[in-house]
Amino acid sequence: MPDATGLELFAQEIGDTDDQAVLGTVFFRDRATLLVSPKAVPAALQFLKGKGYTFLASVHGVDYFPEEPRLGVLYELLDMKTVDRITVKTRVHTEAPIVPSVTHDWPTANHQEREVYDMFGVHFTDHPDLRRILMPEDYEGFPQRRDFPIGGEPIIFTHSEAGGPGWWK
Amino acid sequence: MEIVRAGDKGAQDLARTEFRSAQMKSRDMLRGDLEGAELEAYVESRVLTTTLDKAVAWARGNAIFPATFGLACCAIEMMSIVAARVDLARFGFEAFRASPRQADLLILSGRISIKMAPVVRRIYDQMLEPKYVIAMGACSSSMGVFNNYAIVPADKFMPVDVHVPGCPPRPEALTHGILKLRNLILENPDLGWRDRYDGHGTVEVAPEGTTASAHAENVPGTEGGASA
Repeated sequence: MPDATGLELFAQEIGDTDDQAVLGTVFFRDRATLLVSPKAVPAALQFLKGKGYTFLASVHGVDYFPEEPRLGVLYELLDMKTVDRITVKTRVHTEAPIVPSVTHDWPTANHQEREVYDMFGVHFTDHPDLRRILMPEDYEGFPQRRDFPIGGEPIIFTHSEAGGPGWWK
Repeated sequence: MEIVRAGDKGAQDLARTEFRSAQMKSRDMLRGDLEGAELEAYVESRVLTTTLDKAVAWARGNAIFPATFGLACCAIEMMSIVAARVDLARFGFEAFRASPRQADLLILSGRISIKMAPVVRRIYDQMLEPKYVIAMGACSSSMGVFNNYAIVPADKFMPVDVHVPGCPPRPEALTHGILKLRNLILENPDLGWRDRYDGHGTVEVAPEGTTASAHAENVPGTEGGASA
């Protein structure tokens, strides 16, 4: 785990090349989180890869409803030599949920970005094959968003079935 | 070493005598010595009459081949019913067939997602009549804790004969469900699920111009005629 100072140094170094990239840093309960703008995600991840964080453990989405911008995409990085973890976080609006894909740098992100797209509707530009991965292809809506109805069906039991065939009688 | 059996000595002797006399009768019949009323009585004691429907139902109900088809965690319980503890082979249902063409029974062992439902329905359509379905566990009956956007209950897209509740049901519960299904088959040899569920015209019809469509149209008619 980079300590709070190390996290600030990372933020400083990324900010040197692109001063719009880093939006903030959070160091909470020994977890380092780097908030970056969506456009700067591939560059920030490449920078951290150079620092030894070579393993992309997870890409996942979060819906922060009712906060704005609502959607978040989180990249969990792991340095396997020192067992160090760092989180890169970016936030996008639901109106234009566009994040550059990192599949070309991290092949493991392919399916995970598809899952984030499937569940939250975040559009990853330059993704080689951005389709739904879990839900059927013709499914409408993004079911893990907080304003999506939970769904489900009213269950017909024998005693509550009104117009049933009545074969059990 | 002498084996002493407990029980009523008199009844044992009587049974032994009856068995002995039946043996003698059989010998006489084979020799052609039995005649008249004695021969009638012998034939009556040896021949069982029944209807063809009942005989067929007896054969069907006592040798159901389930399809090898697991959906979720309930499948683990389903696998254990053929193992040593519950041993479904006692009732003749142990032959899990790997092809739906050879199977009589589809056990829906787990949750069915809306993406999986067409696959399940297709497997059901590929099975040959007579075919039966057991919805095992809460998910495939009432969706249980997964009553959300992704799951669909089995009743919505196919006829189900027996619902086994539980999350997951114990292997004994599934065995109970299968024996209930056996009772259903034995007592009601008429297949008739299309009548029970008002399910006429629900067969999968192949696209226009293929030979399968002609076959699909014939299914409801032949099924009703055979079971009448």
